[in-house]
Amino acid sequence: MIRVVLPQHLRNLARVGKEVQLQVEGEVTQRSVLDALEAQYPMLRGTLRDQITQQRRPFIRFFACGLDLSHERIDAPLPAAVMSGAEPFMVIGAIAGG
Amino acid sequence: MSGVRALVGTRKGAFIMESDAKRKNWQVSGPHFAGWEMYHLKGSPVDPNRIYASQSNGWFGQTMQRSNDGGKTWEPVGNLFKYEGVPGTHQWYDGTPHPWEFKRVWHLEPSLTDPDVVYAGVEDAALFRSGDGGQTWQELSGLRCQDSGSSWQPGAGGLCLHTIILDPKNPDRITVAISAAGVFRTDDGKTFQPKNRGLHSQYIPDPEAEVGHCVHHVAMNSSRPNVLFMQKHWDVMRSDNGGDSWTEVSGNLPTDFGFAIDVHAHEPDTVYVVPIKSDSEHFVPDGKLRVYRSRTGGNEWEPLTQGLPQSNCYVNVLRDAMAVDTLDPCGVYFGTTGGQVYASADAGDSWQPIVHDLPSVLSVEVQTLP
Repeated sequence: MIRVVLPQHLRNLARVGKEVQLQVEGEVTQRSVLDALEAQYPMLRGTLRDQITQQRRPFIRFFACGLDLSHERIDAPLPAAVMSGAEPFMVIGAIAGG
Repeated sequence: MSGVRALVGTRKGAFIMESDAKRKNWQVSGPHFAGWEMYHLKGSPVDPNRIYASQSNGWFGQTMQRSNDGGKTWEPVGNLFKYEGVPGTHQWYDGTPHPWEFKRVWHLEPSLTDPDVVYAGVEDAALFRSGDGGQTWQELSGLRCQDSGSSWQPGAGGLCLHTIILDPKNPDRITVAISAAGVFRTDDGKTFQPKNRGLHSQYIPDPEAEVGHCVHHVAMNSSRPNVLFMQKHWDVMRSDNGGDSWTEVSGNLPTDFGFAIDVHAHEPDTVYVVPIKSDSEHFVPDGKLRVYRSRTGGNEWEPLTQGLPQSNCYVNVLRDAMAVDTLDPCGVYFGTTGGQVYASADAGDSWQPIVHDLPSVLSVEVQTLP
């Protein structure tokens, strides 16, 4: 199972706890994880990536294993520790605004 | 026993305030959707327990919420607002072409006859309709794609469609307003025409151009849908022919800049505005919070001050932050950028704050409950 940590506002929107677990089919990438997340929690569509362009929203970052993966290719494999469930894939709302 | 429910959107959540018909004692719930910008909430005139809400913020974009129990519980509904066809461009602030990009929902207007039908006015300016209770949205592209669309230019707040007026006598007639393009109307539910004749705006190259006017809000009394009142960037205007032409009715207002405007529920010639000092000083003049009321359909205005701060007050009242109920006497409500929500149970003669210290208020709507 892939572990995904969501920021507080999205936990409230999806009515889940800090971390959700996802079954991801095929290769584990940013795209496949987000596809699985949105399939399981449709209310999150559009909150992480634009629904039409599929571009990551500007103030959203993806961290895992101490790395900022935000600018990696969305079809690049995620770190092995994320694939194994040892480490979570973290969705971060960038520090901005008040 | 009848009562009222105020739906208040703020920069950091929504609040719901309920009172009996005396409108003296209020129960306040919230913040709902804490931390989110709640641009607008509005209930269905057919089913007051059906409420739609626009929820957004800079991180996570636009989401939409719906309640079926008067705001006690909510469920997320559809948030895909896709412009029809190839969107093309409008003018950017510097006059260059800029692609249409959906940013947020400014205003929600539930149908007068069907609780599952609701219209949404969005930025970048377009009109959307849902026929399934907000699950899916379709653009009424006859507005954005009419001749002038590519020339529309945003106001300081963005290229937003902020006003939607449904005609109670003609279901095909919809009047909308856009900053800074102006008023547009359809009489067949599909094709829109500019309705800005008589507007004069010195901040555009041709002050009497067909489009380009920064209309801030338009209000109507449902018993007389052909009569519209407008708060423009500067100027308070009136139309007696559904927007075909406008005449200025600013009269003796201390300043005719402002955002909010509304009409008494039972007296169609009684109109309310909150004059704001100027386009560069968005607060009430002289440190005094004054609602101005005309009982003559404009031109002759009286200040209403009882219960409102008359010194050291420098708040603004935004375009969707004023509403009326349909009780007798008519109740009038408004919210400020300072976080106060004021109510008058006597048509504006006197005011009391419902709350003092909310986040900056973006919108106020009021439901009169059976």
